[in-house]
Amino acid sequence: MIGSEALRTPTRGGRAALPAGLVAFFDAVGGMAFLSGNALRTAIRRPPEWRLISEQLEQVGWRSLSIVNLTAVFTGMVLSLQLGSYLARFGAKMFVSRIVGVSLVREMGPVLTALMIGGRVGAGITAELGSMTVTDQVDAIRALGASPVRNLVVPRLLAVLLMLPVLTIIGDLVGVLGGLLIGVTELNLSAAFYVNSLLQVLLLEDVFSGLGKSVFFAYFIGAIACYEGLTVTGGADGVGRATTRTVVAASITVLVSDFFLTKLFMIAT
Amino acid sequence: MTTEIHIRCRDLEKGFRDKAVLRGVTLDVRTGETLVVLGGSGSGKSVLLKHMNALLTPDAGTVEVEGTMLGACSEEQLARVRRNIAMLFQQAALFDSLTVGENVAYPLREHRLCAEPELRERVRAALDMVGLGSTESLMPAELSGGMRKRAALARALVLEPRAVLYDEPTTGLDPVVAAKVNHLIRDLQRRLGLTGVVVTHDLGSAFFVADRIAFLHEGRIRFVGPPAEARASADPYLHEFLTAA
Repeated sequence: MIGSEALRTPTRGGRAALPAGLVAFFDAVGGMAFLSGNALRTAIRRPPEWRLISEQLEQVGWRSLSIVNLTAVFTGMVLSLQLGSYLARFGAKMFVSRIVGVSLVREMGPVLTALMIGGRVGAGITAELGSMTVTDQVDAIRALGASPVRNLVVPRLLAVLLMLPVLTIIGDLVGVLGGLLIGVTELNLSAAFYVNSLLQVLLLEDVFSGLGKSVFFAYFIGAIACYEGLTVTGGADGVGRATTRTVVAASITVLVSDFFLTKLFMIAT
Repeated sequence: MTTEIHIRCRDLEKGFRDKAVLRGVTLDVRTGETLVVLGGSGSGKSVLLKHMNALLTPDAGTVEVEGTMLGACSEEQLARVRRNIAMLFQQAALFDSLTVGENVAYPLREHRLCAEPELRERVRAALDMVGLGSTESLMPAELSGGMRKRAALARALVLEPRAVLYDEPTTGLDPVVAAKVNHLIRDLQRRLGLTGVVVTHDLGSAFFVADRIAFLHEGRIRFVGPPAEARASADPYLHEFLTAA
């Protein structure tokens, strides 16, 4: 059964010895795994209407574009500025584009985009689903013989999974452009040199490594946000707390998993 | 009225964290009757109601709806059961992002029951039935509390269920609107023969719509019977509940 109640592990005897925080953590991980499995089954058996998915694609993708671009352009600019002034001491200013580009594509682009989406979209999903939960709208969907997983969870998870890699690519490009802008205006490098220098070292596997990570980040953000939204208790106060938990949990998960995913992709490539 | 049982609850127990809410509830709802579950705040009325369409699962005990054991059903089977047992929520639970018309059309679209022209007809008919014919294009936020409840009732009835569960249908409404909702509940039973379970602590509403009354106190059913017998009951808790008002 799917519903806020079904996602919570019932209290049973024999767990009293475990610290409450640990129990809550494993409850949440189990609940998210259960919800994800259910969403996957539902998406295959009876996918939601395209209208629901396209609404979420717009919400997650188009409406996040400005914040992702803003973050990326200033990150590229500040990286270029810092590295430019530092490398100039060793006469290695010409390597700026390579370091900025590769670090953006492999690392900073996917992570910063995921952090932005975790904050903007993750919080939005939890607040929306949480409000629906505390006002019985999620139960109303079930009472009408419909599935909250099909109508609420699958479109949101799909939208985050599809749009985060797209936003990451856009963020990478905009970040490189930000670096280029500083390279030309502050470091006196030509635009052609900046771009050619980057293209000489940037490999397809660098791009795929960043994009691969963004798919994992998208799953973590979507699963955490939907789970937190569907398990809200305690009215408006509960929605607020769940939203905060989503942002914190999504950010920490992105940052911690980034290390292990980097190792994984290094081994794989 | 037949004595066939529409909803059969047996030894239901339900707790949240360390608090026991239902402590062995056994209750039958007969086909075509309106059964009112009375009880004070926190007595477990809404929790009991949510077991009747499996929105909650019991810690112990069973619920049977028209011969189907809900505990043994998959989510797909439950969806089929729920199409025939509608629910009116205490807060109406209309979908904020949809218009009133889209709210009422939601279950029809979800179950792909009819083509668009027929769907629009059925939505209009359902809204007319609850006296909200002109509100199709309004958003839920533009409706009063009573209108929201009636719109939610239209949404519940559009699938033509055989039973309706009403969770505090008159709470928060002024006496005039509450009377309209009460009349609507009674009319639905008389005209369409719907089985109804009404959870309330509004005594006026309870005695107006009830064929039988069940009294729930501290998670246990202490009385079930016709309204006249409820008034004459010797149960001290029921007596106190009825006379306190």
